[in-house]
Amino acid sequence: MSDPTPSILRDQTCIVGIGETPYTRGTDKTALQLSLEATMLAIEDSGLRPSQIDGIVLPNGSAGGASAGDYCANLGIPDLHYTASLQEMGGAQIVSAIESAVFALASGTVNYVLVPNCSLFYTGARARDMTANPNTGLQAAETIRDYYRPFGVGAPPQHYAWMAQRHMHLYGTTQEQLGAVAVAMRKHAQLHPGAIMRGKPMTMADYMASKWVTWPYKLFDCSLETDGAGAFIMTTAERAKDLRQTPVYVSGVASGHPFPPHDIPNRPDILKIGLDFAAPRAYAMAGMSPADIDFAEIYDCFTGQTILQIESAGFCKKGEGGPFVENGRIELGGQLPVNTHGGLLSHAHNTSMNHAIEAVVQLRHDAGERQVKDAEIGVVTGWGGHGHGSMAILRR
Amino acid sequence: MNMNTATAIPAPSERQLPVLEGYTKTFYGFCRQHELRFQRCAKCKAWRHPPRPMCNQCHSCDTEWVKVEGKGTVHCWTVPMAPIGRAFVSDMPYAAVVVELDEGPRMATWVTGIAPADLKNGMRVEVWFDDVTPEVTLAKFKPAD
Repeated sequence: MSDPTPSILRDQTCIVGIGETPYTRGTDKTALQLSLEATMLAIEDSGLRPSQIDGIVLPNGSAGGASAGDYCANLGIPDLHYTASLQEMGGAQIVSAIESAVFALASGTVNYVLVPNCSLFYTGARARDMTANPNTGLQAAETIRDYYRPFGVGAPPQHYAWMAQRHMHLYGTTQEQLGAVAVAMRKHAQLHPGAIMRGKPMTMADYMASKWVTWPYKLFDCSLETDGAGAFIMTTAERAKDLRQTPVYVSGVASGHPFPPHDIPNRPDILKIGLDFAAPRAYAMAGMSPADIDFAEIYDCFTGQTILQIESAGFCKKGEGGPFVENGRIELGGQLPVNTHGGLLSHAHNTSMNHAIEAVVQLRHDAGERQVKDAEIGVVTGWGGHGHGSMAILRR
Repeated sequence: MNMNTATAIPAPSERQLPVLEGYTKTFYGFCRQHELRFQRCAKCKAWRHPPRPMCNQCHSCDTEWVKVEGKGTVHCWTVPMAPIGRAFVSDMPYAAVVVELDEGPRMATWVTGIAPADLKNGMRVEVWFDDVTPEVTLAKFKPAD
């Protein structure tokens, strides 16, 4: 493809360390303890010393388990150069944190960036209470509280189901096509030792028999609520050469927002999401196209949102996401393996921290029986706060 | 104290009513009078909802609250069938619908008087007002005659 002006940021930074606590339903540990545990695993994986960290990007601010001050005090970071929060991105915050880290590293502001995140979706506040609470920093919260929730639309599956229904109406997307996403994620979870749904296989018949949550979403269209933390370490491509792990390069990364961001009904096209804006920018930065991608870790908060993002990331045309996910196309061995760890639907829900970590594992060729053969390039997406979107294109 | 709740988050009220402050107080104040009015830019006449200070077309802050006829179409919907908290459990299954008013703005609302299974995209609906408490009235819709 034509690439007249290569991005100065392409392949300049790498993910060089990853760490994750077990994901559970219920925990006696605090978010701070889990965050530090995952962070130390990631730092040890990279071969760095904790005091070498000089940048901390907090995807969810201090609500993601700990403040930058907590990390400095506990890790012994004497001179933190840079910290940032991507809280307003909602679930897109992990991938947007990669973008922020790229900027901080490529500008020479920092040498080693920590990106940690803990989610206590089982033990802590429920998503439905956070999304309608303006104190949580989500810009859509007042809209939900004052204009949706009085009509019984307060939880993410409910307002996101509007989009799924619209997609079904416009394009003929079927319940079975939503189910194909859920079944594929569950299949992949059987191959991940840490997946919450490992040992609990699910057929299409099981999916169709599951109870309704909010039509057209059934229970198995909805992501898990789990506890656990993850973290990764990023540095420059130059510095990565001296470290222990196979570097995973950030070839492209971008964030985008639907318009207007805070209200779904009054968007001219409610199916035009942040990823529609972000994906072309990420591909341009990487100098790649969807045909170059070997696997995709898609923010599967709900099955319909997974289909929307597969379209917006360019893996098929708008409206063709339903047929695309059928016939094993998104399963391991298919044209585009999606969520090789089982995703938010069947692995665990740590926003897309677990997606980013899985992409790194795949690109290190450490994924064992769920390894995508000869994986060279993978995509991670984020979705949050009414449709903000982000996408990272990673390569080994 | 729950150490795992980073931000103190109150449980949702059972009724889940709007917080009547600022523009929201104005919007629901009209509903209380059984009038459906939306913000419109007094300068360039662009509609906007949910209400906010500035027109994003011409950046004027001169605002008028204009009454709409109350007729529109079903844009999309969901039918909540699992309890989320205690609110609305006795109403299930209900049709939580995005209605597009003929004048242009869209809003989240209910369409009542029809089984949710019989809803269709593009179906004509008209507003009615439900006085749910002494302070709050919700603009709901029903199939148009």
